[in-house]
Formats: sequence, C-alpha cells, structure tokens
Amino acid sequence: MVNLSINGLNVSVEEGSSLLEAAKYFGFPIPTLCHMDGLSPYGACRLCVVEIGEGPKAKLVSSCTYPAEEGLKVRTASARVLKARKMILELLLASCPQSKTIQDLASAYGVHRQRFRQEHEDCILCGLCVRMCEEQMMAKAIGFRGRGENRSIGTPFDIKSDVCRLCGGCMYVCPACRLRCTYNEPEKAICGACANLSPPCIEKEQFEDMMCFMDPCVACEIKKD
Amino acid sequence: MIRDTEALSSEEKDCLQESVNSKDILGIIETHNGKLGGLMAILGDIQTEYGYLPEQALRMAADETGCSLVDLYGVATFYHSFRLEPQGKHRVCICLGTACHVRGAATIVEEFERQLGIKVGQTTSDGEFTLETVNCLGACAIGPIVTVDGHYFSKVDITKVKSILEKVPDLKKVPAGLLQNEEAKAAVSG
Repeated sequence: MVNLSINGLNVSVEEGSSLLEAAKYFGFPIPTLCHMDGLSPYGACRLCVVEIGEGPKAKLVSSCTYPAEEGLKVRTASARVLKARKMILELLLASCPQSKTIQDLASAYGVHRQRFRQEHEDCILCGLCVRMCEEQMMAKAIGFRGRGENRSIGTPFDIKSDVCRLCGGCMYVCPACRLRCTYNEPEKAICGACANLSPPCIEKEQFEDMMCFMDPCVACEIKKD
Repeated sequence: MIRDTEALSSEEKDCLQESVNSKDILGIIETHNGKLGGLMAILGDIQTEYGYLPEQALRMAADETGCSLVDLYGVATFYHSFRLEPQGKHRVCICLGTACHVRGAATIVEEFERQLGIKVGQTTSDGEFTLETVNCLGACAIGPIVTVDGHYFSKVDITKVKSILEKVPDLKKVPAGLLQNEEAKAAVSG
C-alpha cells in the first residue's frame, strides 16, 4: 500500500493505482474526457490535471497517468488546478462547440465566455475510439494519422478496414460526436443507437456531418432495402 | 536532401500501382529480420525502391512484420519524407519560411499552382512535377526561394515562375546546390 495525502486527507491506496483512481475512490471528483475504465490511460484531454508537491516545486500533472507515490501531496481542486481546467475546457469548447459532453462540463466548471474562435471540429483527438477498437474490440481498425494540425483519426487509406466489424464501439465512446448521434430521442443519446431504431435514420439529413466510421453505415444499409 | 526519382514513365507508374513485386517487398522485409524495430528501415527501403509507399506494399509489410496496418499507416503519414502517392520526375519546392513569406512566397505558390494546374502536395498528371512547400530552406537573405531538384532559385517573384519551369530540363547539366540566377549570385558575393 502507498500512503499519500489528497486534499489534506491522509489515505493509502494500492500500489500501481493512478492518482485519478485514488481520488475517485475517496470521493474527490475529477472531470475526465479521455479516461474510461478498461482502457489504458492516455492523458490526452488534460482535464484531469491535479497539483502535486508543495511550494515552488508544485506542478500540474494529469492524474490519469500519474501513479500514486509514497508521501505525495495532491490537491485536486486548488485555485491553480481550477484555472487550468477552465482554460482547457474553454479550448476544448472552441474546437468542438457542438459536443453536449463538453458543453455540460464547461457549464459545470463555470466557463461562461468563449474567447477563442469556434472551429466546429468533430474530434478532440482524445484517442478513446482508437483504444476502444484496439483494447476492447481487439480490432485495430482505426488509428491516428498524420501529425500536428493535420493529425486525424480514421482507417488506413480512408477506406473500409478489413478488420472493422462495425461494432460501433468507437462511436459509443466518442465524447465529441455524442450529440450528433442522438437521433430523435435525446434521452437515448448514445451513438449507434440509430441502427436499432425502426425505421432507421429517417431524418438522416439532420446528421449529415455526423462523424461516422461505420462504412457502410448499418442504418443506411437497412434504409436502402 | 533530394530523393532520386529516377525516370519512370506514367505507364510504368500505373503498372506499379497495379502490382507491386511481392518478392522485392519480402526481400526488403527479410533483410530487416521482419521485426517491428526495423519498421522505419523497411518503409525507407520500400520508398527507395518505388519512390513512394504503395498501398499494396504497406499491406504486405503489415502482414509480414505482424504489425497492424493502422500503426504502419500512422508511421508513414507521421513522417514528412514518407510519401503515399507516386512522385513526379521533378520536385518543385517553395520556401514558406517567415522571411520568404513576408516577401510574398504565398503568391508564388499560387502562381506555380496555376501554371502547373495542381495544388501543393500533388503531382501533375504527366508525372513531371511534384509541388511542395517547406518551412525554411535556411537561406532567408536571398528569399523568396524555390528549389527544383536541389537547384536553387533566389529572389523569385511571380514573373520568374514561367522561366523556372522552362529551365527545368536543362538543370541536369549543372551540379545541384548552386544558385541558378545571376543577380542572386551577385547579391551573395557582393
């Protein structure tokens, strides 16, 4: 067991667990976008930043990738952490303003203004879908391509992948496209749900710019018949 | 660093796209023991062989090394020097660094695009020219700079674009890496 202090509370957690897991276990909420139980931590969204150390040596780290260390002093909601988180949310909101998930988080953390130009991207490159495909679906059909501002997620050569089983897992976990996949029942707001509706995707026109790796889309195929 | 895009007629290139010699690819992979650690070397050798990375070759390499196609494609698209499209005989490279940019490199790019009828990163349909931009060639004093197959053209403006493209067939006769217009030489020496 490792002893550390989270927000002044002395706790002990199992060796090898991350700061995020430790904080969650003891009831300290930390927002995340790119983290999911069962997938390897990736540290892409940076929303889970916490402050560790003391005085001038204090620094911000992503709690999902930082392992619990003996004697570590962690603050999950210090002024510095909240400021950083707000900034990250504002930037995420600028790239994907249409994402319900990000909107909700921004609202919860008091981001009330939008200083950056809205980009209307359909992806925040959190890599959840890539890890879902590789680690849970054992497919490796999609991955990162390119680099820098041209980095994107998709299949090699942008054609249907031989190893894709159209499971829809990538869309299910996506925090950016969740809103656009709500179809006509917002309370069933999960991607891929439209495939189970009948008749499927009647109002597909509303979702023309939907990020959809299903090629061919199950719903569209059913509609054709 | 100019790659050797040895003369390939467009028919030959079409041929390549249709069928990549599997023995060659297997040979290349063999020399690197087919291990994941040799991935960059394998891709490099395939590109030396074909001038670009054909889709079929990538698929074959993925099968042989046991590395997934997604990872391989990720590496191939990450590095600027790996190309997934067949390249033209001549590589026209326009500097878009800060110094060249403020002297109007963007208009030169537009002029090249217009005269060649392609966009940056593309190759003309006759397989002659590939148009590219770089972020700095390190010779900012004589910008805007355009290189063609390693031959430098300095202080380029849109009126010179045509003459540069006309000069291209004669460039083989002079050694690469030299300035190709007189006033630029004078500017450098004086």
